[in-house]
Amino acid sequence: MTELALTPSQTAGPYLTIGLIDGPIGNRLVEGSDPRAIRITGVLLDGAGDPVTDGMVEIWQANAAGRFAHPADDREDRLLEDGFWGFGRSSTADGGRFDFVTLKPGRVPWVDGRLQAPHLLVGVFARGLLKRVATRMYFPDEEAANAEDPVLLALEPAERTTLVACAEDDALRFDIVLQGTGQTTFFAV
Amino acid sequence: MQPETALARVVDSALTGVDPPLLHPDYVSTRLRAPKEPLVVLPPSLSELTGPVYGDGPLSETDADLTRQHAGEPLGQRIVLRGRVLGSDGKPLRGQLVEIWQANAAGRYDHVVDTWDAPLDPNFSGGGRCLTDDDGAYRFVTVMPGAYPWGNHPNAWRPRHIHFSLFGRAFPERLVTQMYFPGDPLFPFDPIFNSIRDEQARQQLVSEFDLALTTPDWALGFRFDIVLGGREATPLEEAHDD
Repeated sequence: MTELALTPSQTAGPYLTIGLIDGPIGNRLVEGSDPRAIRITGVLLDGAGDPVTDGMVEIWQANAAGRFAHPADDREDRLLEDGFWGFGRSSTADGGRFDFVTLKPGRVPWVDGRLQAPHLLVGVFARGLLKRVATRMYFPDEEAANAEDPVLLALEPAERTTLVACAEDDALRFDIVLQGTGQTTFFAV
Repeated sequence: MQPETALARVVDSALTGVDPPLLHPDYVSTRLRAPKEPLVVLPPSLSELTGPVYGDGPLSETDADLTRQHAGEPLGQRIVLRGRVLGSDGKPLRGQLVEIWQANAAGRYDHVVDTWDAPLDPNFSGGGRCLTDDDGAYRFVTVMPGAYPWGNHPNAWRPRHIHFSLFGRAFPERLVTQMYFPGDPLFPFDPIFNSIRDEQARQQLVSEFDLALTTPDWALGFRFDIVLGGREATPLEEAHDD
């Protein structure tokens, strides 16, 4: 079987909101009135420490039961939820700030069957990023689960720190640093 | 006690796939935005074997026809844009959300950040979306975008292009890219186009004029196929801790 060559990536550029934000996909994965709703916010920063105001952050996650709304996750003992597809995107036009309302995902298995700590997959696009960069966000109130998470365990402490959000007022704060001191740990996926 | 998993590190510039490197200094905006620490290579767990499925999310007919989103028709050369979205195994990807955005015929984006002195078109917003059919095919009607100047270097102009966004079948396959038009004289001077190191890979982003798709007395046709798959994160060499 011949493998077709992949189509290469190009930057989303500074005008991505026209196609990706001014459409049907938003930053609220659940209603704010949902008792499980949590708010996640942060600032996207460049290598000079300046906010990136023309970027976009996307999140992908399992539902509260730890099930992904995708055919590859066929674990029927965990129920899907109507109306929760697990994906959202936020512009960073407001001073580099992104903002999501979602719920904490359940734990999902790692490749060897161990459970991962609750986490979001995070993708970042912007002018100056020739391809998406990918990271993960973990939860500060999951200390026991984080301590046995196979991905976090494989990282240096300083790297691990960049992936765990912190509690701030009524939200979880998760800044993403693209470059320089305190750079967020990014993954090749 | 389970043994700790070791995760490989890879320096981005050593990746051998079709994608451009994160740092491409000719494209000035990469200099302060490209992450420089090695990437941590993640084997695909269920988190990475899954990804968003748009399914029967909201879409309207005018989402795929950018010439019918306002009271009047936009100015410019009307074009039909069609292609197929395929997996790297050649299989059509059905039900894929295809999102596009572009400048108007004068090369101006309908966006607050674009302050270039070219006319806006009250009949053109420049954003569109549709789902691929059972054959993996998508179709848009729009106008030919103009080239436009940008501040990257003296007398810098972007070749005409349309931005494309696709989810793929799982999180790692997510792709945002740009489609170009054949024979653009600006190709040799564009650091974004030339950030892709391989000439054949660059040509993958150039659409083809298609007379069969060209509609008599109405619109020119261009064809652009998109191939999605894992991003080939095969390192030439791995970074070591010691």
